[in-house]
Amino acid sequence: MTETPFPNNAYAIELRNVDIFYGNFRAVKDINLQIEPRKITAIIGPSGCGKSTVIRCFNRMNDLVPSAHLNGEILFHGKNIYDPDVDPVQVRRLIGMVFQKPNPFPKSIYENIAWGARVNGYRGNMDDLVEQSLRQAALWDEVKDTLKKSALALSGGQQQRLCIARTLAVRPEIILMDEPCSALDPIATLKIEDLMRELSTQYTIIIVTHNMQQAARASDFTAFFTMDTDRAGIMVEYGPTSQIFTRPKDKRTEDYITGRFG
Amino acid sequence: MEQEMFRPTQQTQAISPFDVHASSALIANLRKRPRWGERFIQGFLFFCGAVSILTTLGIVFELGKESLLFFQTPEVNLIEFLTGTKWQPTIGEFGVLPLVNATLMTTLVAMLVALPLGLAAAIYLSEYASPKARGFLKPILEILAGIPTVVYGYFALTFMTPLLRTILGSETVQIYNTFSAGLVMGIMILPLVCSMSEDALNAVPRALREAAYGMGATKLETALQVVVPAALSGIIAAFILAISRAVGETMIVALAAGSGPNFTFNPFKAAETMTGYIARISGGDVGYDTPDYNSIFAIGLLLFTITLALNILSRKLSARFREVYE
Amino acid sequence: MTDNDLMQRSPHLIRRHRNGKIGRAIFFLSTTIGLVALIVLILSIINQSMGLVIVRYTVEPATLSDKPLEDLESTELSAILTQRLKPSRLRTIERDTPLATLSRTQLYNLVMEEIVVPKVQKSFHLDESLFQRAKIEQIASEEYPGAHITFRSWINWNFIVGSLSKSPEIAGIRTALMGSLWIILITIVVAFPIGVGAAIYLEEYASSSSRINRIIQTNIDNLAGVPSIVYGILGLAIFVRSLGDLTQGRTVISAGLTMALLILPILIINAQEAIRAVPNSLRQASYGLGATQWQTIWHHVLPYALPGILTGTILSISRAFGETAPLILVGASSFINKDPSSLFSRFTVLPIQIYNWTSRPQDTFRNIAAAAIIILILTLLTLNAVAILLRNRFSKRV
Repeated sequence: MTETPFPNNAYAIELRNVDIFYGNFRAVKDINLQIEPRKITAIIGPSGCGKSTVIRCFNRMNDLVPSAHLNGEILFHGKNIYDPDVDPVQVRRLIGMVFQKPNPFPKSIYENIAWGARVNGYRGNMDDLVEQSLRQAALWDEVKDTLKKSALALSGGQQQRLCIARTLAVRPEIILMDEPCSALDPIATLKIEDLMRELSTQYTIIIVTHNMQQAARASDFTAFFTMDTDRAGIMVEYGPTSQIFTRPKDKRTEDYITGRFG
Repeated sequence: MEQEMFRPTQQTQAISPFDVHASSALIANLRKRPRWGERFIQGFLFFCGAVSILTTLGIVFELGKESLLFFQTPEVNLIEFLTGTKWQPTIGEFGVLPLVNATLMTTLVAMLVALPLGLAAAIYLSEYASPKARGFLKPILEILAGIPTVVYGYFALTFMTPLLRTILGSETVQIYNTFSAGLVMGIMILPLVCSMSEDALNAVPRALREAAYGMGATKLETALQVVVPAALSGIIAAFILAISRAVGETMIVALAAGSGPNFTFNPFKAAETMTGYIARISGGDVGYDTPDYNSIFAIGLLLFTITLALNILSRKLSARFREVYE
Repeated sequence: MTDNDLMQRSPHLIRRHRNGKIGRAIFFLSTTIGLVALIVLILSIINQSMGLVIVRYTVEPATLSDKPLEDLESTELSAILTQRLKPSRLRTIERDTPLATLSRTQLYNLVMEEIVVPKVQKSFHLDESLFQRAKIEQIASEEYPGAHITFRSWINWNFIVGSLSKSPEIAGIRTALMGSLWIILITIVVAFPIGVGAAIYLEEYASSSSRINRIIQTNIDNLAGVPSIVYGILGLAIFVRSLGDLTQGRTVISAGLTMALLILPILIINAQEAIRAVPNSLRQASYGLGATQWQTIWHHVLPYALPGILTGTILSISRAFGETAPLILVGASSFINKDPSSLFSRFTVLPIQIYNWTSRPQDTFRNIAAAAIIILILTLLTLNAVAILLRNRFSKRV
């Protein structure tokens, strides 16, 4: 090892006292969360608790909502990504995102993967990169003969893996997944989960899910969010997944995972 | 909190050959770049948006400036302009009322045609028509809306007027008359009233209709007493926009209503509207900076003010309507 | 009360149902009035665009050749010309355009214009021609002895490719069509980039909370309702007069710029709608990959919105194509016979020609106005059909 991956900070990314507002409404309050590198961290909780809001603040996707703003710090390599001198475009290139519904571009499979790399200034062999990314996303064997075909012709599960491959092609450090399986059938879901496991050897993955079994199956760490009395989302408990699901410390977590709430 | 317990333990994991990330150089990379290209493009796009502002300013400035010149002509003063019933520049009479009156008459006739028919057609299309009938009738109305106004002018002059003269007698109906122009203008505006009213009716929630049916109302009672009142502000917005369109319409009146200002309330006589006047005067070779030339701008300003006021009113009403249902 | 009584329709209810039927009938009839109006309009125009004419020739065509003139070859036609024309006139024509260089159609036209010189004495509508032939023949023999009755379609190839003329018998609309083409081209070149740019700005960059952006949006909406003649006044004041040194006054460029301003608000509003229809997931996917805003717009938003934008543009263009009033002010002149050849040519356009011919009292001018209207409407229908095809084709996308 010639260089430490995280010279300034041991965590992949870290939220410090984060509040997120939509206009005057505080959607999420006082979140402190440290994400372990090369692990899968699941964020679970009842709907409306701000899971999606939180995951979107990791790569400044919330910037696209005009009324949204954020207090607190999000440290990435020791740098607060919400500092005024930080370029959100660069943040998103390093922290990729996979969305709830598969959203391939209405272009060919090949172009879907090549485009992100190209706009980010990739100069290498594009064919290799496409193949490599598709292999990593466990999609290569299914599409290698139809690379020029429209991505919209793929099944939902394939589309979602294509979206993952597309994200991999720009070489991010962290991959955010916002309920990536909610639009997929159980078999496609299983494939994505296997893939996540595979990818977690190289990438830090943060996944939002409303599916507790999925969190229990697929994640290393789990953060449980819920809604406070003022309807703002709060983080109740965070720990290794096995501990959260077997020995939750908080009564609210226990209620949720045993199905008494939510 | 107890999160201290899971400090990372995996830091020393080897970086795979594919792994190109995680170098300290990245941290500097997060810094904002100037992206001058993006800035320039955004500036250009803003300019494109601002062109519309410049257009409005241009209209207001030019109309205002030349109108001012017009009112500085010795024979002209504002009071007489607005209240005079004679427009005869040759003898120094500049009363705009004959032109305004003719505009009002064509508009009134047009509205008598367009408003009831347009609303009734809208009710039919939104409440009664089968999808098939709609699919047939809507395009017809769209074609009607797309026909150039000069064609309607031709139609008024060569078909509607002779028809009126056959029915009512050629002594009653002059060759040029405001009635024929108004009638055809009404047909032209009908699609506008219909499509805007239909949008308003469609925006009324189903639940409201179902409530009425649930209490034993017939379809007609539901349509007229529940749906139409609920969509009323949207429908009125359509009506006002239709009036504005009629006031500003030029080619039909230029061809069929007559040339030469005439202060009359008889719709079968020739009379020149504001727009007709502007078209006639500018069509001839009129010298710059003559009272004739400047009067175009004064009348244009009046026209602009009236239509703008109507448009704003219409937009306000339809915005309020949308707030209720969307 | 038995169940049967309960379900019985009371007189009151019967009346309500009758009213319902009447109401429905009224609504239906109102809707069909649009259809009726369209049919009557089209029929009345076709009716005036062709029919019998009573025509008198200065020189009878039969005295020129045994065969009908239409069937003659170029050589025969030029022979007629050289024989029959006054030598001085022939020299003038030869100086401008040597006979040898002219095509058969051009020679035929020349024979008709210079030698035969048909004068339509009276023209009849199609309905009269079909159903009152006897009456027409009577009129011809009584009022125009020696004249011929022939069927004439005022809309014909010569009419489309011929140049403007003071006599309706030989007038054509080529110059007007060229004028329309020039103006439309300028309008597209100016309005399309600015319009799409403004739409992108308003939909993708402008935050709706900013005051200036709200003003721009409101302003565009209001401009869309300003009467077209007011744009004409603006064009007259700015492009023809104030910038007269640049535009050389009443020229194609002044007209094109005026038209561009006129359709800009409609174009912007249509383009905005198309851009608004682009799913947000597409933008998010692009941003999520680290694309900049312009990369997102250029590579994803615009391609997706393009069919919609093009459809909207074609519709605004067809509006400009049929627009008359502003061009009266900007100074279309209906008496030119030179085709526009540069940005600074004087011009006329099809709707202006229709306006001008309609406002003449002679029937024959009404006839060619009707013929020109048919060309205008056919062009507009074609444009609209293209727009619809474009929309349907791309709605099943990629």
